[in-house]
Amino acid sequence: MSGQNGILVKVKDVEKTFRRGSEEIHVLSGLNLEVAEGEFLALMGPSGSGKTTLLNLIGGLDRPTSGSLEVSGERIDQMSGRQLAEWRARHVGFVFQFYNLLPVLTAERNVELPLLLTHLTKAQRRRHVHTALEVVGLSHRARHYPHTLSGGEQQRVGIARAIVTDPTMILADEPTGDLDRKSGDEILSLLQALNREHGKTIIMVTHDPHASARATRTVHLDKGQLSMEAPA
Amino acid sequence: MINWLVQIFSLTLFNLRTIPERKGAAVAAAVGIAGVVAVLVGVLSIAEGFRAAMTATGADDIVIVLRSNADNEMTSILSREEARLVTNAPGIAWSAAGPLASAELFVIINLPKRSTGTDAHVPLRGVQQAARAVRGDITISQGRMFEPGRNEVIVGAGTARAFAGLDVGGTIRVGQSDWAVVGIFSGGGGAAESEIWTDAAVLQPAYHRGDSFQSVFVKLASPEKFKEFKDALTANPQLKVKAVRQADLLADQSSMLTTFIETFGFAIAGLMALGALFGALNTMYSAVAARTREIATLRALGFGASPIICSVLFESLVLALVGGAVGATAAYFAFNGFQAATINWQTFSQVAFAFRVSPRLLANAILWAAVIGLIGGLFPAIRAARLPVATALRET
Repeated sequence: MSGQNGILVKVKDVEKTFRRGSEEIHVLSGLNLEVAEGEFLALMGPSGSGKTTLLNLIGGLDRPTSGSLEVSGERIDQMSGRQLAEWRARHVGFVFQFYNLLPVLTAERNVELPLLLTHLTKAQRRRHVHTALEVVGLSHRARHYPHTLSGGEQQRVGIARAIVTDPTMILADEPTGDLDRKSGDEILSLLQALNREHGKTIIMVTHDPHASARATRTVHLDKGQLSMEAPA
Repeated sequence: MINWLVQIFSLTLFNLRTIPERKGAAVAAAVGIAGVVAVLVGVLSIAEGFRAAMTATGADDIVIVLRSNADNEMTSILSREEARLVTNAPGIAWSAAGPLASAELFVIINLPKRSTGTDAHVPLRGVQQAARAVRGDITISQGRMFEPGRNEVIVGAGTARAFAGLDVGGTIRVGQSDWAVVGIFSGGGGAAESEIWTDAAVLQPAYHRGDSFQSVFVKLASPEKFKEFKDALTANPQLKVKAVRQADLLADQSSMLTTFIETFGFAIAGLMALGALFGALNTMYSAVAARTREIATLRALGFGASPIICSVLFESLVLALVGGAVGATAAYFAFNGFQAATINWQTFSQVAFAFRVSPRLLANAILWAAVIGLIGGLFPAIRAARLPVATALRET
């Protein structure tokens, strides 16, 4: 699954520039980063430092202005929009700050969504959904709609949706940003368990040192560049 | 491909389930489309009904013989001798009483309408004994047939409904004399139902027509005999006449009015459709705007752009079809069978007819609704597919 020497993600000389009217905003400037398979990496930095932009690039939600992005040996910066969509479905599980669950679907239907992009039968999908909900400890809330769940439970559903296809990596953008400390800790423990017990590679954006302390490595970004690295 | 279809199906289902959250806008769009469809069906049902009234009796084996330079019965004239020669031509069906042919004359009289009391034109037709057998579908629904040689008339059911004083037992004043109404007849909803019939031999002197007729109605032995019959008339040097199938003549007579009504109907419906289109566009744009984050989430999970486009289009189509079905149903109950009368501009006489909401018309209306829905959904669907995923994921 991984590329050379167990490296899963290789970000090389990546630049990302946005245009706002006639002004050019350099969000990432010649950034280099490698993430090993099985790593739990925290991306930290102040607002506007480019953390989420980097996460979106690694997750194939956006393209770099220049530079290369390699995941499992595949150059995702060279893929078409359609190829990227297929690639995301196979390799990436996203966890969002505001959960991004579909309000009209029950927890189990939300978790099932990524499986609709696979060739699994309905029965197989049901089994996968059950397993994923069991991993996050929410089997008993499978038939509940998001508005009847607490924030922590909704984020658990979000994590179940991220792991249900057994993706290559999980990308989490401020996964505890909308939660109280207790719920946040539970989510972080869950992510940690996924990393330690299931060997999942996780890249997590956070501005919370308490959250980054759970990662195996922390990378700090400032003004679009890596400022320092801190192993856990 | 199956995967792609599953994506479309799932997304469409998801979209449809979000409609209750936007029911105000969704209902407004559906009502707009229902209005367009109702107006379109309503106006076109007039044309459909008029065409049906004019052509219902136009069987292929009924032929009208007119003077060769005449476009209709009003401008035609035939002498008794010409009528006799036509009656004896080959190809005509025979009964025990002789050839199934009726030399007829046609005058326009004025009678007060039941609805307004104002006078309007009604065709009074003088017919011969074989007239009912020639048409085939004329039945006396009330009273009896007129007696030859007497000032008696029978009235078509449509005319009896539209004009005052045409009940059985009543009298009408035509020219200088009174005529007794002795019967009401129906003729399958066709043109004859808009006429009054009497004995041609009585009508001729009443209108100083001497020994002349205007047309000869003929029933052929079979529709295939038309050419033989027509060629025989053309070949006869004593005759300057033309033979036209009744169906063709009536279709031709109804074309001017039906074309006018259809043009008028499509113009009104077109303008209304434009309004409904903006309604649908607005609804679908707000639907997409309200779901920006959900759509972006689906894109992030790996759902493709084309299934997103198709699902938005399907949602718009469903709203439009619901609106179209409501409009078509309302129009059916409001207009179908509604009795009316109008002028036949070729004969300047009233034609009674019923509005007709035919299956063809309903299918057309639903097609209009579908087109409005698809166009109304297209641009919002493209916008949905082009949402910048990374930015849209953070929309609140």
